[in-house]
Amino acid sequence: MATLEINDLRVSVETENGSREILKGVDLTVKQGETHAIMGPNGSGKSTLAYSLAGHPKYTITGGTVTLDGEDVLEMSVDERARAGVFLAMQYPVEVPGVSVSNFLRTSATAVRGEAPKLRTWVKEVKEAMERLQMDPAFAERNVNEGFSGGEKKRHEILQLELLKPKIAILDETDSGLDVDALRIVSEGVNRVRETGEVGTLLITHYTRILRYIKPDFVHVFANGRIAESGGAELADQLEAEGYDKYVKGGATA
Amino acid sequence: MAEAQNIPVGSTTTGSIAVAAESTVATRMSAPPSFDVADFPVPHGREEEWRFTPLERLRGLHDGTAIANGTMKAQIDAPEGVTVESVERGDERVGKAGTPVDRVSAQAFSSFAKATVVTVPKETVLAEPIRVALHGEGGTTFGHTVFDIKPFAEAIIVIDHTGDGVRAANVDILVGDGAKVTFVSVQDWDDTAVHTSQHNALLGRDASFKSVVVTFGGDVVRLHPRVRYSGPGGEAEMLGLYFTDAGQHQEHRLLVTHDAPHCKSNVVYKGALQGEGAHAVWIGDVLIEKTAEGTDTYEMNRNLVLTDGARVDSVPNLEIETGEIVGAGHASATGRFDDEQLFYLQARGIPADEARRLVVRGFFAELVQQIGVADIEERLIAKIEAELEASV
Repeated sequence: MATLEINDLRVSVETENGSREILKGVDLTVKQGETHAIMGPNGSGKSTLAYSLAGHPKYTITGGTVTLDGEDVLEMSVDERARAGVFLAMQYPVEVPGVSVSNFLRTSATAVRGEAPKLRTWVKEVKEAMERLQMDPAFAERNVNEGFSGGEKKRHEILQLELLKPKIAILDETDSGLDVDALRIVSEGVNRVRETGEVGTLLITHYTRILRYIKPDFVHVFANGRIAESGGAELADQLEAEGYDKYVKGGATA
Repeated sequence: MAEAQNIPVGSTTTGSIAVAAESTVATRMSAPPSFDVADFPVPHGREEEWRFTPLERLRGLHDGTAIANGTMKAQIDAPEGVTVESVERGDERVGKAGTPVDRVSAQAFSSFAKATVVTVPKETVLAEPIRVALHGEGGTTFGHTVFDIKPFAEAIIVIDHTGDGVRAANVDILVGDGAKVTFVSVQDWDDTAVHTSQHNALLGRDASFKSVVVTFGGDVVRLHPRVRYSGPGGEAEMLGLYFTDAGQHQEHRLLVTHDAPHCKSNVVYKGALQGEGAHAVWIGDVLIEKTAEGTDTYEMNRNLVLTDGARVDSVPNLEIETGEIVGAGHASATGRFDDEQLFYLQARGIPADEARRLVVRGFFAELVQQIGVADIEERLIAKIEAELEASV
C-alpha cells in the first residue's frame, strides 16, 4: 500500500531580504485510500507544501524527509516524482503555447505509464473522461490552458488526475474560483478517483465548501508553517463555525 | 466589414522580449522603388525600413563597399520541358515582377552579371520540383533569378541556400493566369553568412501562389517576400518558419499589395528563438487598394521565445482603402517558454528535454504540414530536432 511520509519538512524561499523559512517542520503521513484535508489561512504555507512535494525549483528544502513507499522523494527530479506517482493539481495551471491538450495528455500518459497507451483505447479513455467532466470535445485541440476559463483549467487538472492515476494526489486549492456547478463536477471527478481506493489524497483548501462534496478522513489545520491541529471531519465543522482566528493569533502569518 | 486586430495571445511579453505593434505605413520608405542603387541614400539605421537591421553586419551591401568577389556554386535541376536561360539585365522578363524597394536590393540589381530565367511552358504540369541549389563558397555574390510560369502551368520551385558567403539577390516569380506555383526558399546557411533578397511574385488572373520561406542559418538574413496581383481571382499563401539562434539576426519583411479585386492572401509566419542576442524581425504589411474590392486577407505572426536574451520585433500592419472587402485581419503574438511551463510539463512526468521538444514541435507542426513538399517537411522536422538537440 502506497504511503507518503513527510517528516519534519522545512522549506525556505529566497527573497530580496534573504532566505525566509515557510515550512517549519511538517509531519504528515498519507496512505493510499485516505483523504486528508489541509486547511489554513492565506500565507500559512499550504501551497508551499504542495509545490515542495512536487519539486518546484523555487523552494529550497532545508530539513526533513519525504518518502513514497520508502523512496526518497526529495532526491527525485520533478518528472521523476510524477512518474513515481505524485500528482499535483495546480491552483494556477500555466499556459503552454503550441502544445495541444490531446498531445500533452498522451505525452504525459506515455511518460507516467512507461509506454505509449494503445491509440484506440486511449482515444476512448480520454473521450469518456472528458464527458464525465462535461468538457467539450473541441477542448482537446486547444493549447494547454491557453484561454481557458478558471473552471476549464480546474477540469483539465482533474482530467489529468483521472487519466494519470497517481498514488498520491495533491489538490492545491482546486475549489478556488469555481462556481457551484463547476465545484460539483470537479468534486465528482476527484471522488471517482478516490473511490478506486488506489490514491491517497491531500486536499488543500482555504474553504470548507468543497468538503461538502469530498468527505475527508482527516482534517489538519495548517498555520505558521506547520500543522497546528489534526482531527476528523468534525474539525472542519469547527473551522466553519469559528474560522482560523485562534490559529492565527500570535502567529507569524502576514 | 473590415476588421483590423492585433491580439496578443502569448503568455508573456516581459523581460527581454519586445513586441512592437505600432502601426506603420506600408509604403513609408526612404525612397521610392528603383532599379538603380544610386536612387537610394546610404541608410544610417534610423529609417523605418532599417531600424531593426544591424547595418554594421551587412558587410557593405548597404553602402556600396561590397564588391562581387565571391563564388556561389549553383546547380539547377529542371524537369523536362523546363528551359533555363542566362540573360542580360535588359531582358524584359527581368524585373517585371517587381522593383527593388531598398538600397540592398537595388545594389543586387545593379551588380549582378547575368540573370537566370527559368521558364515553365503554358499548361505544363511538372511532376518533379525545379530545384536550385546555391552553395556559397565565400566572398560576395549578387544574383537575379526569374521564374516564368506560363498560364495554367503547375510547378514547385525549391531554392536551397547553404554554405558561407555574402549574398544579395532578387527573385522574380511570374505566375501566369490560372497557374499554380509553390515557391520554397530555404536559408540553411552557415552561421557566418549574410543574405538579403527580395522575392517579387506577380500573380495573373486566377493564379495561385504559395510562398514558403524557411530560415535557419546565417549571421544576418533579411528577406522581402512580396506579392502583387495583375488580375482578379488570385490567391496567395505565404508561409514562413524561422529558428533564430544566439547571435543571429533573421528579418522577414512581407508586403501583399491587393491591387486587383476578388483576390485572397493568407500569411502565417512562425519563429522560435533561443540564445543570447537571437533577434527575429517580422514586418507584415498588407495594402488593400481602392480597386481591390472583395479582398480577403489575413496575416499572422507567432513567436516562441525559448530562452532569455532573445528579442522579437513583430509589426503587423494593414492598410485599407476600400470598405468593400470580404475580410481583413492580422494578429501577432510572442509567447515564452519559461520555467513555470517546464515545471508544469515535468510535473506530469515529462522529462525536461522532451518538454522543450514537445513545445517547439507542437508550435511548428501545423505550419510544417501546410508546406506540401514532402522532402522539405521531413528536412524541416529533422532540422528543428537538431536545433533543439544543440540547445539542451
